[in-house]
Amino acid sequence: MRNPRGARRRRARGLPPGAGNGYNPAMIRSATRAGNDRLPLADEAATVRLAAALAPLLERGDVIALSGDLGAGKTSFARSLIGALTGAGEEVPSPTFTLVQSYETPKGTLWHFDLYRLAAPEEAYELGIEDAFEDGIVVIEWPERLGRLLPAERLTIALEFAADPGARLATLVPAGGWTERLRGLQFDG
Amino acid sequence: MRVLGLETSCDETAAAIVDGERRIIVDLVLSQLDEHRPYGGVVPEIAARSHLDHLDRLTAAALRQGGMTLGEVDAIAATAGPGLIGGLLVGVTFGKALALASGKRFLAINHLEGHALSPRLSDGIAFPYLLLLVSGGHCQTLLVAGIGRYRRLGTTVDDAAGEAFDKGAKLLGLGYPGGPAIEAAAARAEAAGADPTQFALPRPMLGRPGCDFSFSGLKTALRERVIALGGIGRLGEADRDALALALQEAIAASLADRTARALARAQGEGAAPTALVVAGGVAANRRIRASLAEVARSAGLPMVAPPASLCTDNAAMIAWAGIERLRAGAGDESLVAARPRWPLDPDAPKAVGAGVKA
Repeated sequence: MRNPRGARRRRARGLPPGAGNGYNPAMIRSATRAGNDRLPLADEAATVRLAAALAPLLERGDVIALSGDLGAGKTSFARSLIGALTGAGEEVPSPTFTLVQSYETPKGTLWHFDLYRLAAPEEAYELGIEDAFEDGIVVIEWPERLGRLLPAERLTIALEFAADPGARLATLVPAGGWTERLRGLQFDG
Repeated sequence: MRVLGLETSCDETAAAIVDGERRIIVDLVLSQLDEHRPYGGVVPEIAARSHLDHLDRLTAAALRQGGMTLGEVDAIAATAGPGLIGGLLVGVTFGKALALASGKRFLAINHLEGHALSPRLSDGIAFPYLLLLVSGGHCQTLLVAGIGRYRRLGTTVDDAAGEAFDKGAKLLGLGYPGGPAIEAAAARAEAAGADPTQFALPRPMLGRPGCDFSFSGLKTALRERVIALGGIGRLGEADRDALALALQEAIAASLADRTARALARAQGEGAAPTALVVAGGVAANRRIRASLAEVARSAGLPMVAPPASLCTDNAAMIAWAGIERLRAGAGDESLVAARPRWPLDPDAPKAVGAGVKA
């Protein structure tokens, strides 16, 4: 499917591709074109800023896959994203134990999955993940646990440790319509 | 008075019958029975379908082992939240149907209320008391002032303490569940004369205002030490065990500090807690128990720790919460729906994690 909904909506609004306001073309292009350039996040505040920059781009039906090792900042990023969408003031406990938490946002229900404890991809059906994909905004930690059940149309954010203990590197890997939609991302560090 | 309790909020399918004299007549948890394979087959760790497959037979077994019929219980209590919606729906729908068919009252129980009231089942303690609930999914302090009167004083802004143990064990290459593995490794390190302060892990939130917990930064700090010592999966046994000791010390110190603050706040606000109650799987850790016992002693209070069977997911505490609620005048709650999110203290100030540093 080469014509995902984000692209359709963008055309419907009469926006040419790449017509984000005030984005930094050099950085975003470098971050998204090859999908393997890394955005440095100097500290937790930078993570919060990246999440806040991504939040306005999100729509129902979106899937954000957060990959990275233990302690790389997946939950921290998810928390910032949920905070940005709900207008902060929302508690976002780690869903490792509960597997999923849902939050009401102005854009619809956001589902925060943590599949760390999943033994088989099919177990995700028991968590209602299909319904979530249907009409929610879905943020998934440990997305690799889903195997082939992970939707192809998604934005993967890979978090890695950087040399400085507080710093992280984020790689945004767009798939489908996300390549185009990421041009609207306003983030310069 | 007898109440049938049903618990399906997470991994465990459980049914129990408890009476008003604090007697647990029968207390069945499917995973514990599974080794006897009474129903055959494997229990998947996460499965609403598993609850559906087993709850009816488990309930029948509870009634049979309790030597009674459904007509001889006074009410049916089921966990209605918080938890996984699939499992909650199974328990709540099954409980409501049983209640309707037998003409009994149905009670929708908050899982956390079950934990909060469990020391009154095990130890018969009087209100008010301070509860520290520490498990894989929960880490909070509650002032339990009476039935339905719960005030949350502190909660984790990120990971639960049990999660810190599990993920710490993973980083150290120790087994699952992490709590017992860390405790055993720490004991080896102590026996070998390791210095618990050798690896200066942070003491999350120590001395900070408020009563909230945070364990995410500790996980990151542990990872840094592991990398510095050779990397994940490449630690020498002595280093690995010494790090486990350091982790356990850090978690114990943090829990003790936050709990002492919660106790001081409760006392400062005029509450006179009768005990410090420590519940949840993490309370099984001897080092943590010892440090919390010291907190209680310093405050001149006894420390009460309900038995492990009441600290993990179980239906006896749900049945008991039903009895307490009935005594407090609760009516039929067949119209109450399952709720994946259900804070025990909806008025608690939000504990928002972003920016909180260990």
